Amino acid sequence: MAANLAALRSKVELALAGRVPAPFNFRDRNVFPTVSSGIHEIDSLTEGLPRGALTEIFGPPCSGRTSLLFSALGARTAHTEACALIDGCDTFDPHSAQAAGVDLKKLLWVRCRNIEHTLRATDLLLQSGGFGFIALDLGDLPPRVVRHVPLDCWFRFRRAVENTSTILVLLEQESNAKTCASLVLRLEAQPAGWSTTLETCAADASRYSLARLLDGFSVRAEVSRSRIQLQQVNGPHFRDPFHSANKTGASAVFETRANRDSLRSMLAEPRRK
Amino acid sequence: MAFASIYVPDFMVQAVLRGERSLCGRPVALIDGTPPIENVVAANQAASSAGIKLGMAKSQAAQFCGVGSGVGSGVEIRSRSRTQEKAAHAALLDLGWSVSPRIEDNAPDTIILDISGLASLFGDGHSIANKLVERAASLGLLLHIAIASRIEAAIHAARGFPGITLIPPGKEAKFLAGLPVRVLLPSIEAGETLQRWGIRTCQALGALPVLQLSERLGQEGVRLHELARGASVRSLVLAEPGTVFEEEMELEYAVAELEPLAFLLGRLLDQLCSRLDARSLAASAIRVQFDLRDFVDDDRQVFPATVPAPTSQGSPPALPAALGLSAALNDQPLQKQAPATYHNVLSLPVPMRDSKMLLKLLRLRLQSNPPLASIVKITLAADSAPPRAAQGGLFLPSSPDPEKLELTVARLANLVGAFNIGSPELVDTYRPGEFRMIRFVPPADESKIARRTKAATEPVEQQSESQGHRPACAFRIFRPALPARVELHHGCPARIFIRGRRGKVMAISGPWRSSGDWWREDAWRQEEWDLEIHFDVCSSRTERDSNSGMSHGLYRVYYDLTRQSWFVRGIYD
Repeated sequence: MAANLAALRSKVELALAGRVPAPFNFRDRNVFPTVSSGIHEIDSLTEGLPRGALTEIFGPPCSGRTSLLFSALGARTAHTEACALIDGCDTFDPHSAQAAGVDLKKLLWVRCRNIEHTLRATDLLLQSGGFGFIALDLGDLPPRVVRHVPLDCWFRFRRAVENTSTILVLLEQESNAKTCASLVLRLEAQPAGWSTTLETCAADASRYSLARLLDGFSVRAEVSRSRIQLQQVNGPHFRDPFHSANKTGASAVFETRANRDSLRSMLAEPRRK
Repeated sequence: MAFASIYVPDFMVQAVLRGERSLCGRPVALIDGTPPIENVVAANQAASSAGIKLGMAKSQAAQFCGVGSGVGSGVEIRSRSRTQEKAAHAALLDLGWSVSPRIEDNAPDTIILDISGLASLFGDGHSIANKLVERAASLGLLLHIAIASRIEAAIHAARGFPGITLIPPGKEAKFLAGLPVRVLLPSIEAGETLQRWGIRTCQALGALPVLQLSERLGQEGVRLHELARGASVRSLVLAEPGTVFEEEMELEYAVAELEPLAFLLGRLLDQLCSRLDARSLAASAIRVQFDLRDFVDDDRQVFPATVPAPTSQGSPPALPAALGLSAALNDQPLQKQAPATYHNVLSLPVPMRDSKMLLKLLRLRLQSNPPLASIVKITLAADSAPPRAAQGGLFLPSSPDPEKLELTVARLANLVGAFNIGSPELVDTYRPGEFRMIRFVPPADESKIARRTKAATEPVEQQSESQGHRPACAFRIFRPALPARVELHHGCPARIFIRGRRGKVMAISGPWRSSGDWWREDAWRQEEWDLEIHFDVCSSRTERDSNSGMSHGLYRVYYDLTRQSWFVRGIYD
């Protein structure tokens, strides 16, 4: 009986050779290696960004989406990985990205003007392969436009990065990828912080405001969906089946800092004295 | 010392066949001259058997085109192409350099190689000859090869014997004995004299007494006597290895469509890559030159001369139409005569010699930058460089394959425009938002391999790089800047209207005045403000969808002192 089963198994494997690598081996699709997002609070919340999966980051404008994206890009380019940014509205600011630590030489920037070009460019880059990080920025496109992107498009993107080491990140105002995203983060901004220079400006109310500098703002990140299970070094027997489910709904707050290494800081210096 | 002589029989015919592989094995005759006086100047063996004679008029040769029982037995008549002969000769030289660095360029159809000391690399003389034949087949050439210890003996044996001939040292006279005297290339007078004497073969010539021969034919007689016995000894005249790889093709009919052009380019690229491969080199850039057919426009309608006006629907699109030329031509001011040549350079990030990949890149380049008229001559030149030598690591993070990436970038450039893809590079100026795009090169820093390996394999919880790190506040730029209406209070913005929405300024920072480039036309002078704005709540879903429904935001606005207007530069996100 056992011999017959073994023969049958080898026959099936032979018939599927070249199409299915290991038809009788169970492969958990939710186990992804993760890498740092560059922000400690996000790493603690989500265990990092998953490779070979679609990560969706959504929130209204000024909610910290781009800050999180630049941090992740900075972390990946620091590790000499090739990164790509498909810019749906041509809103990428190289000065700000470099200040956030992004090595611009390792970044391929595709400037698109409409959603069709953006999706087509994403397809081409995903098919090209070899990129460690691909970001699709639809953050400034009107939500009704992104809402009309068919679901099979996101499904195709997810399938394209599956079993690769590519991190695919999608930036939007609303969540649209649904179940195709393995990790969905919802961001919202807290009130901004401003620093003042009291010594020179306390006497003059009109000049008081002029001496202020933007410090940054806080961002609250909430896990809307997480289907990530960590790779266990001890094998699958010790995996907690509720490990990923526990993360959904969890939130964290991180602070951003405004870029002070600019002409503006230099101009502000005489006023402080 | 051992020398290998390589001879290309029917060189002129083979040079043409090299560009038209479909004619291989068929009778082909070449005509040359100024119309209407055109005569047959070369024919291959099959054409000669069919009845074609050298010097025959074109009209006479044309009678043999339809003769024969089979479909393929008709003689094909082509014009002699000196450019293809030049390319075939260059390919022959490349073939020689692929085996030995010491070669002599004897004639357009003959080269001589010094193969001494190559046994350890390629084996004996027969193995070397076989390798040469094999490589020549990939270059589209059929060869006669003779190997001998004396140069002249090798040359004459290659001219006289088909296939591979090996002549042992000291046996030259015996091998050359049966060859006709004409392989020694005597002068016309000497050849006629020998003909009258009844001297037909080298053996007969070698048997003549050299003193009497000298008295009758002079020094040439002595030289021919030496050559006939295979006794001539001389040293090799070395040729310098060329670094120019160029293929040309003159077209009998102007090409006006993309598909046939791509077919011809593919053929030339195949030949170019074969030559590069023979020299163990690759192309770092491909230079394209098209000779264009002139056309005249009197009523501002531009059509290639050989292409009918695109009035009928369903006809194949002409090259300008297929490549979007019609619109481009109608938009730009037309000149009386189109430029005679078209130049384009395809620079490659890494040297490559994959002809299919190069063809795809060329097609994309031509689609984005098409020629302005139909094409009558194609010239492709390759800048040679050593091929890329890279060793992949098992534990390194993946990186895009440079060749595949180049193709992807070309496709993307075709999609979004060449100026909209690349790596951004900051320029040394205070002008807001200034940058330039440069070519994206995939990272390959060997010194960071160890760090990459470590980072790629360690789990996220062990990475402490993000701990205690406060991320930078990112900025998104609106291109172009959004016009805004600002209400001031005590010289500071108090209310703002953007994209039809009204917002109240809650906190401000500014003004940050800057100016520059006053000596240029596009000088800037502006006052920048950072504003925290609270917007009024959107009433309808449509309004929320179009305005993103945000309630507050951090904006950077500026007052352009030159244009006396307010604009929104971008948003902190």
